[in-house]
Amino acid sequence: MPLTLDTSLLEEKANNIRISVIKMLVAAKSGHPGGSLGLADLFSLLYFNTLNHDPEDPMWSERDRLILSNGHVVPVRYAAMAEAGYITHSKLLTLRKLGSILQGHPERTKLPALETTSGPLGSGLGQASGIALGAKMDNKRFRVYCVTSDGEHQEGNHWESVMFAAKYKLSNLTLFVDRNFIQIGGRTEDVMPLEPLREKYLSFNWNVISSDGHDFLQLSNAIAKARSEYLRPTVIICHTVPGKGVSFMEGRHEWHGKAVGEEDGKRAIKELSKIIKKKKND
Amino acid sequence: MINQNIFTKNKLVPRSPRDGFGQGLLEVGRVNPDLVVLTADLAESTRAIYFAKEFPQRFFECGVAEQGMVTLASGLASYGKIPVACSFSAFSPGRTWEQIRTTIALNDVPVVIAGLFVGVSVGPDGATHQMLEDISLMRSMPNMIVLSAADYYSGVKMVELAVGLRKPVYLRVPRVELPEIYTQEAEFGLGGSNVVWQDNDAEVVILAHGTMVYDSLLAAKLLNKKSKAVTVIDCYSLKPLDVKTVLAHCESAGCVVVAEEHQMVGGLYSAVSELFSANTPLPVESVAVFDSFGQSGQPRELMDHYGLNAENIYKKAIRVINRRKELLQKSIK
Repeated sequence: MPLTLDTSLLEEKANNIRISVIKMLVAAKSGHPGGSLGLADLFSLLYFNTLNHDPEDPMWSERDRLILSNGHVVPVRYAAMAEAGYITHSKLLTLRKLGSILQGHPERTKLPALETTSGPLGSGLGQASGIALGAKMDNKRFRVYCVTSDGEHQEGNHWESVMFAAKYKLSNLTLFVDRNFIQIGGRTEDVMPLEPLREKYLSFNWNVISSDGHDFLQLSNAIAKARSEYLRPTVIICHTVPGKGVSFMEGRHEWHGKAVGEEDGKRAIKELSKIIKKKKND
Repeated sequence: MINQNIFTKNKLVPRSPRDGFGQGLLEVGRVNPDLVVLTADLAESTRAIYFAKEFPQRFFECGVAEQGMVTLASGLASYGKIPVACSFSAFSPGRTWEQIRTTIALNDVPVVIAGLFVGVSVGPDGATHQMLEDISLMRSMPNMIVLSAADYYSGVKMVELAVGLRKPVYLRVPRVELPEIYTQEAEFGLGGSNVVWQDNDAEVVILAHGTMVYDSLLAAKLLNKKSKAVTVIDCYSLKPLDVKTVLAHCESAGCVVVAEEHQMVGGLYSAVSELFSANTPLPVESVAVFDSFGQSGQPRELMDHYGLNAENIYKKAIRVINRRKELLQKSIK
């Protein structure tokens, strides 16, 4: 993990990731734009600052592990992986197409650097805990990061793993919650209230940190704090705006799993390109 | 490799396959440092306790949380361990089927799902705990290997087999005490089977697995008394099935009885029928549970109540031999 935080680089990467996400979803004619755009900043930070990894040697045994539990936002990961050099940008347009390694939901056997297979919600933390436990048994130094959605906290499987990670003091495990308050059927607090989330994790004996999910410095500080915790797993509740970066998608649950049409795609890319140009002019 | 005292009542020592399973975990654990064992608050009942006592650092109690247990096992396997996740089969794979499907089978990582407590022979606990659908669930899952233990030593040996495969495996282990069919020298392999009874010029083949292997041997004795020659095969590898052995014996005899403590749908009877449909159509009779749940009772009385016994296998064998004769007569006409 680099000691300095090049926020302008991270912003540029995040924006590139968002543009890729839109292009992929337009080409695929289906997929989940809301969460994918909302998590672009976190994935930019993970792939270009946090993770100890090597795209040239994806299965390097000492790499940090990144587990994506809410598999439906995998376009953001594919886009970040293309940006980092794991796959080519042209490959991104094969998302959800017959024979592609980029399945609609992540499959490890198709692309081993994904680490796990996910999509059905609530199972990622269990897998991440298993990896963290194995690493602890063998005194490995690498860290395990797991990204979850807020909606999937309705799954019982998730809370079973929350208890397990606390019991076995998996301090090498950091969990991110994409707290964007939306899920496929509406607002999370209408579908099934989750608050008070912070207190829930505290009462389950986790180290809890809240962060703006779009603020690189806050996120990076939170990740650093998690590294200095030796007794408990850490959860970083990331407050994000779903659809972030595209004005007509921001904050709207309708865009959780709605296909992006050609016209909407053009508008979205135009908006995102303006951000890049503005940044460059600044 | 077959126990020579199998029909000598005073020399038979009934033991539970689950004790063999527990012993198997211990023995494999001593030579394979990658083996880790998980349970969902059933260490004693699943006999994982033997391993837990000798290897506390490699044993993980997950609490009453089967889904958490199998997803954790998936993660441990991704990292490089070989986890055996132990519970009652009604709970796992019963409750954990989707997690197994996504994070173990589709993900193709080496986890052994051990389902202890299978079938009506679980006894007094009743239908909730008497899993009769597990093979059907697991056999239909791509990448999944399905094994079934029939006695103490097959319980021991099948742990070694399952762990050594480094693939997703479902291992079915009964609770009820059963006579020892095998000796310590018995061998088990992926896609294998064991011919446990063989008469010359058999006119019927009994295919069985698990608790029904011993009853099939008793049925073979009854058939011999009526001058019927018979072959009994323990099809412990349900998936992949020992196609070569099964086809060779069954085609030669011309008719088959399948005996299993499982629903008729989706188990060995289904597997064999699928095989015969695609190869040699043969008359097959099933000894199994027919579209119903179990209930409380003592193991033996429940087995008898559901027709899971030697007498019923014998009856079905006579019936299928007659069906075979009728078919031959029709074809001659």
